[in-house]
Amino acid sequence: MVTPVSGDWCQDTIYHSQLVHRARAAAEAVVDPELPMLTLADLGVLREVRVGADGGVTVSITPTYTGCPAMDAMRKDLRAALRGAGFEEVRIDVALHPAWTTDWISDGGRRKLAEAGIAPPGPASARARGRQAGWPVPLTLTPPRRRVPCPRCGSEDTELTSEFGATACKALRRCTACREPFEHVKEI
Amino acid sequence: MSFDNAYEAITEENDSRWAFGTGFDDPLSGVDTVLPPDVDGADLAQYCLMLGDDALVMSHRLQEWCTRAPELEDEVAIANIALDLLGQARFLLARASAAEGPAGSAADGSADSAAAGAAGGAGRGEDELAFLREESQFRNVRLVELVNGDFAHTMARLLIFSTWRLALLARLVALQDPVIAAIAAKGVKEVTYHRDWAARWVVRLGDGTELSRSRMAEGLAAVWPLVDELFRPHELELRLAAVRVGVDPSVLRPEFDAVLAEVLRAATLAWPQTPALAGVAGLFGRHGVHTEAMGYLLAELQSVRRGHHEGASW
Repeated sequence: MVTPVSGDWCQDTIYHSQLVHRARAAAEAVVDPELPMLTLADLGVLREVRVGADGGVTVSITPTYTGCPAMDAMRKDLRAALRGAGFEEVRIDVALHPAWTTDWISDGGRRKLAEAGIAPPGPASARARGRQAGWPVPLTLTPPRRRVPCPRCGSEDTELTSEFGATACKALRRCTACREPFEHVKEI
Repeated sequence: MSFDNAYEAITEENDSRWAFGTGFDDPLSGVDTVLPPDVDGADLAQYCLMLGDDALVMSHRLQEWCTRAPELEDEVAIANIALDLLGQARFLLARASAAEGPAGSAADGSADSAAAGAAGGAGRGEDELAFLREESQFRNVRLVELVNGDFAHTMARLLIFSTWRLALLARLVALQDPVIAAIAAKGVKEVTYHRDWAARWVVRLGDGTELSRSRMAEGLAAVWPLVDELFRPHELELRLAAVRVGVDPSVLRPEFDAVLAEVLRAATLAWPQTPALAGVAGLFGRHGVHTEAMGYLLAELQSVRRGHHEGASW
């Protein structure tokens, strides 16, 4: 249970920073419902955790894809985790802007993806070029040749099977060396 | 939480959900939905319906391919594209609901206004907008409602739709309504993948065997009559373009033509020549005037919701 501020400035500041620390730790530990090896912080979906003077927590998250069916589960899981950490007042804000990009996936997140057999995304910025508002987006009639090493055997001889996979964020690839299919978090 | 176990979903406490794994609530929940100061709420609501209905109806037609696509990878691709568009539709219909405010149903003359009062506390809510409006209240362009036809027809339509929508979303990103702009910015990333995928199929079929080539040409010819309508501005679009909230679709034509020319060249296909389908007394999809296909489509899309009036929610 969170106790309200006492009135002692120094004590309150220390107490508040402890609360922020506790709230952040609880929110950062929540995992993605579809990529459970990643926390929402690893994925870059968790944008901000704030604690108000009344002890209420405001968490800001951003959807990966517009149709991502996991958003509702994320909200519920965050709320439950923060309640578990003693925060009764929890508000979940959704920040649509700026739009999520795979560039926000942390280095630790990329390592965990690879360990789970999912190839992490390369830099999205190259594909985002020409995406300034109002500019025509260039057509790519041949799938761009990407260096996506096989997460199992490490070979760089891999090919794209489909740019769409079991979840909105993943493409399907195949390793021509070990012949295993694998998933790749596609760059957006 | 996951729904690996169906019973987990139905036994969950304090939840009115009745379909498994559809734990939806207002997609704009927690988003700052204040309207831009100089914009009429009713106009903005109608505009969001136009953009949202395009995505909703196109998504529904793509969903009809589930279990019917030629290969598993294409099945998954179509389902992903349908899901992206459904996501865009949900945000846009929720935005329409917020913008129309409590007076929304009455202003629309909807017969269902008595049943109003859904998510967000503002307008009718996304579910009611999707499942309880009549055909004449849908504002989508007629291209998206056509029956699917074969795979080549679907690829022809998806190429045309996503080329047009990508050009539109790319411009909306820079405009004044922060919610539409943010939805558009995400949509640009998604529709870029949709257009590339459809374009590659058009090239593969067009520049393929004699049979695939003729089917691809037939598909393009079949959907081409609905292309001109995409660039015909409704007066509301012009009004919102003037205050930099909407886009006059006629400005999208050069970009659309350039992309289509590039794809058709690679596909070794000729520019389709089928004449445009006229409106009815000058009215088109944006006015709520649709083709025969629309009534059948809505009958299926809305049947479950209309069959459970006692407050079932999706």
